Amino acid sequence: MLSRKTAVYKTSYAADLAVQRVFLARLAFWSAIAALVLLPLVAGRYWLNVANLILIAVVATIGLNILVGYAGSISVGHAAFALVGGFTVAITSSRWDVPMLLGLPLAGVVAALVGAFFGIPSLRVKGLYLAIATLAAQFILEWFVQHADWLTGLAGGQQTIYMPDPALTLPGLPAIPITTEANRYYLFLLLALAGVYYGENLFRTRIGRALIAIRDHDVAAQAMGIEIFRYKLLAFIISSFYAGIAGAMLAYHLGAVTHEPYTIILSIQWLAMIIVGGLGSIPGAIFGSVFLTLLPIGLRELVDFLRPYLPFLADRYANIRDMLFGIVVLGFLILEPEGLYKLWRNIRSYFELWPFSY
Amino acid sequence: MERVLELVVQGSLVGALYALVALGFVLVYKASRVINFAQGELVMMGGYLGVVLTATYGLPWPAAFALTLAISALVGIIVERTVLRPLIGRPLVSIVMATIALATFIRGALPTIWGPSTMAFPPLFPREPVMILGAPVSQVYLAAFVFTILFIVVCGAFFKTRLGIAMQAVADNQRAAASVGISVRRVFALSWAIAGMVAAVGGIVWGILLGVDNFLALLGLRVFAVVILGGLDSVVGAIVGGVLVGILENLAGAYVDPLVGGGFRDTAPFIVLVLALMLRPYGLFGREEIERV
Repeated sequence: MLSRKTAVYKTSYAADLAVQRVFLARLAFWSAIAALVLLPLVAGRYWLNVANLILIAVVATIGLNILVGYAGSISVGHAAFALVGGFTVAITSSRWDVPMLLGLPLAGVVAALVGAFFGIPSLRVKGLYLAIATLAAQFILEWFVQHADWLTGLAGGQQTIYMPDPALTLPGLPAIPITTEANRYYLFLLLALAGVYYGENLFRTRIGRALIAIRDHDVAAQAMGIEIFRYKLLAFIISSFYAGIAGAMLAYHLGAVTHEPYTIILSIQWLAMIIVGGLGSIPGAIFGSVFLTLLPIGLRELVDFLRPYLPFLADRYANIRDMLFGIVVLGFLILEPEGLYKLWRNIRSYFELWPFSY
Repeated sequence: MERVLELVVQGSLVGALYALVALGFVLVYKASRVINFAQGELVMMGGYLGVVLTATYGLPWPAAFALTLAISALVGIIVERTVLRPLIGRPLVSIVMATIALATFIRGALPTIWGPSTMAFPPLFPREPVMILGAPVSQVYLAAFVFTILFIVVCGAFFKTRLGIAMQAVADNQRAAASVGISVRRVFALSWAIAGMVAAVGGIVWGILLGVDNFLALLGLRVFAVVILGGLDSVVGAIVGGVLVGILENLAGAYVDPLVGGGFRDTAPFIVLVLALMLRPYGLFGREEIERV
């Protein structure tokens, strides 16, 4: 009844190429944007913080999804590239007073370069060996930032780089400080929207289709003339860029940068987000980010609620959280391998035909 | 010079213990082409079971040992049946993520049941160190080393038996193996059961040395370097790789750490890993099968 696909009624090229082809979809899209923009007016600081974390995860998972879901590669150490991005932004702003407008893209670029560096040898091997190589990259990079005092400017066992208050300085306008949760939220929202826009459009272009071809059957793709190594490296670079931006976002979120948030645990979380959300789709990355960020919070509430009856749960919260994480990921892998996005599509296609059943 | 010898001897001992854990990886990979990211956690589980049975319930050593092996084998079979069986034929990232999720689950479940503090085995060995080639070695290490070598020899012999050859056949080509009458399902279950038992032995040995807590799981990560260096599908490679990595760690810790401010001891295996992947991806003893892009 809210149908969208009865026939092709387009009368102009612009209408055919449009992203939203049906009025109601456009309406839904713009109201969602409006809701996102107006969120800080209704949400308190706590939930804005949660939203910021979700947005950071969204950027990172879109990048990871480009690599894993669309190009068919794998990266078990993606947090290391975020580490690079975070440290870039911290070092450039604290040591050399680089403004945010320059530092943030720089974080992405440096992370992309590091990604290329680790990608070049790794991409010459397939599958499993790439997974292990990226795992190694994670640990090597973590060790590197802890011991490269000549670069980080830390000395004598100090571990944290404190960043000066970030501020957005556009030419001709006074500097906008990005120190409150709401300001950070808008910055992050902008970055996330840009990431989604780029990601969705990537797969309407030649590069995107080449990546999908490589994922589906690389020998056939090569036979068609697609240079596998070049495109896989490109996917690696793009996803490392995203990771670098996400790392920089995390750095702004925390205000101070150490190597501690960027561990293998974070890499695994991002992988879980794209798997739970749906591999190979941008909305899947978003769903996964939201779900897996809110899951520990929900668990925390549940454990606190049950505290009078089952006090030992609260003591073991971190371990129970790990158990729940494992169960959720395994559950999705075994029962719904295409993730939350598939569930969403199922619901949507059900309502497309409603009240008819077929 | 004797310092180097001392480091090499100690490194070899530790390396044999790494080899034990690596053996579990190799067994699972050999049989089912699955890299088991949860091997470290299975080691941890073996350690916890051993400690709980001996220290908390006070069972005599042989009984506790046998029971730990039995339970670990059972867990291995259950894991294979519930987690790996539904995921046959799926893309690599799903399988990797499944074992990672399993690892996270076990890592969370064990302290939930038995508490987060480090648990210690009741003492079994005298305390005075023994001198080997001029290097002091504690008796615990030595006993663990001997035990590890024994176990590895048993495993090596196993692969010459009919069952062992059947497992290798399944690893080579499942369809061909099935067509000559080998039950692929049973081989998978068996390989995971054995991996569980090997992990349990490793857990007990490491648990005696280090105490049983979360750290045992991190061993699993270090063992990746061993496995890649030695070759993912080679038992001999696991042993040689383990010893090499053990020696390398000790030497790196002694000679490079002071230069770069520490921590290199843990990173050196990973750097070796990347180098090995670039230069000789199938490892020292693995079969040259991996595809290059």
